[in-house]
Amino acid sequence: MASTAGDRSLSIERLRGRPRRRRKEALVRVLLVIATTISLVISIAIVVALIEQTIRFLAAVDLGELWTEGWRPRSGQFDLLTIFIGTLEVSVIAMVIAAPLGLGAAMYLSEYATPSTRRRLKPILETLAGIPSVVLGYFALQVVNPMLVQGLFGATSTFTIMAAGIGVGILTIPLVASVAEDAMYAVPNALREAAFGIGARRKTVATRVVFPAAVSGVVASLILGFSRALGETMVVAIAAGATAGATRHWNPLEPGQTMTGAISSLAIGSDQVKGAAGLNPFDALYFVGLLLFMLTLALNVMSERFVRRVRRDF
Amino acid sequence: MSAIAPTRHVQTTVELALRGRRRDVAGRVFQGGLLLSLLLSLAILIVLLGTSLSDAWPVLSSRAGAFVTSNVSRLDVRAGVRQGIVGSMILIGFVAIVAMPLGIAAAIYLQEYARDTRINRLLTTNIRNLAGVPSIVYGILGLVVFVQALRAVTGPNVFGRSYVSGGLTLSALVLPIVILITMEALRAVPRSIREAAYGVGATQWEVVRHHVLPYAAPGIFTGAILSLARAFGETAPLLLVGAVTGYLSTPGGRTPLEILQGQYTSLPTQIFSWSRLAGDGWKANTAAAIIVLLVIILVVNLAAILLRNRYDRRW
Repeated sequence: MASTAGDRSLSIERLRGRPRRRRKEALVRVLLVIATTISLVISIAIVVALIEQTIRFLAAVDLGELWTEGWRPRSGQFDLLTIFIGTLEVSVIAMVIAAPLGLGAAMYLSEYATPSTRRRLKPILETLAGIPSVVLGYFALQVVNPMLVQGLFGATSTFTIMAAGIGVGILTIPLVASVAEDAMYAVPNALREAAFGIGARRKTVATRVVFPAAVSGVVASLILGFSRALGETMVVAIAAGATAGATRHWNPLEPGQTMTGAISSLAIGSDQVKGAAGLNPFDALYFVGLLLFMLTLALNVMSERFVRRVRRDF
Repeated sequence: MSAIAPTRHVQTTVELALRGRRRDVAGRVFQGGLLLSLLLSLAILIVLLGTSLSDAWPVLSSRAGAFVTSNVSRLDVRAGVRQGIVGSMILIGFVAIVAMPLGIAAAIYLQEYARDTRINRLLTTNIRNLAGVPSIVYGILGLVVFVQALRAVTGPNVFGRSYVSGGLTLSALVLPIVILITMEALRAVPRSIREAAYGVGATQWEVVRHHVLPYAAPGIFTGAILSLARAFGETAPLLLVGAVTGYLSTPGGRTPLEILQGQYTSLPTQIFSWSRLAGDGWKANTAAAIIVLLVIILVVNLAAILLRNRYDRRW
């Protein structure tokens, strides 16, 4: 440090460093704060955009049309129950696939696999996580539906809710597995050793010691998986059919429509319907989007609670 | 003390009792079941790749080169994915330029600078929640903000449905993921390194720039690659911000700005629109486009995994 010769006194002024260094420090801090604020701006923009456009839609639509017996935006029928049922069916089928496979994989990786097997097997899930959803949509349409849904359950339609649900389930496996595995892995070894010490078998340790100890994380993984399944779009858009309109039904072996599917088909097919007096059916997508946003947000906040409980426990 | 040797009978009985039933059949079955659930994922991957390859074979065997280098066409035998590949590359270029620096900067602030105040906790929670918002909702955000409100800037001649809108939408989608991954990588750098640097008089930024970031770099880099791969395969939000699903003309001789403000498509968008067309020719085209997409994404993911395994270190 250059300073006037002989002046070795320590002053607050000198400890602060040179002005140039301090200015740089302050500038960097300001830039970092700006970058951080952008995430907040995005959140606010999402909420404002959804609410503002939803109000416009609700002001124009005849509210009775939100409770008819089908989702046919072109004919002015916006039955919410139709797409709720579709969404629920797809998500439940997805979880029937993803919960056992994801949790099984998580438990194997955390409790049974040696470090080297773990390193070798984990890329399977990571690769699966990297597969884009359009690809799984194609897979659901071309493979799952003809082979599984039509072959096993005797469906006749090319597009079925069931095939879409299975496709979404495959997409959700890696998410469930990774969150659940983190939770099981975080269980302290002392618990396992104590159980082994009094003669427990491996299976007993895994199911009666580790699983209960990690149960918050397991629940979190399932909620998060469900939320992901609710928001999945492309698989449904390709494999569930009913893009032009859907009737209200509970049969998973028929084509159907979900909230995400409804948004995407409005987005790509709406141009022709513009100009309807007063009401633009296109605007329904904002309303459905807002509902979807609130639903997934509620689930994510819930799963975050459970994850925090895991952290507190250990 | 003289030890009385136990009879052989007692010895074996005790030994057996201690060891338990010799074979834990239920345990083995359970372990097998768990392993099976993991291997089933592998089987799904193999079937998926296998069917895509066999569906794509008519195209890959006869005109693989032309398929990658030709534009969209109404004729299935002439259609190709060049525009999709170029479009996806430009889009993730956008993400790399916009979302990466912003995400890394925000992560540095939250992990290194921010004190544990209520506002900062709120910011982190907010980012976690943003990461869980369905991608199609980001599409709606892009539609309202970039396509409609900022139309004059993003694409005055194409109703705002341009690369700029698509790229910014994908950037918003990936930003929270980049922030979370970078924060994790920064968290893994031990305190002692920071303290040592502070101890010799470094300022906060100098500590971050010269000591924390280099140590966290492999983790950040891996995360960045994976986020780019995610953006590359993303389709749903692009449908809302106007990626072209049908015919697209890309005339030559435009300035870079004109291209960025012009119409666009992406590889996944092409796959989506082709998957809805009837006929074996289009099915083969769809499968071939999927193979191209998967090859790109799997190579990128593999690079990220190798990079992580190579630099995975623990303190």
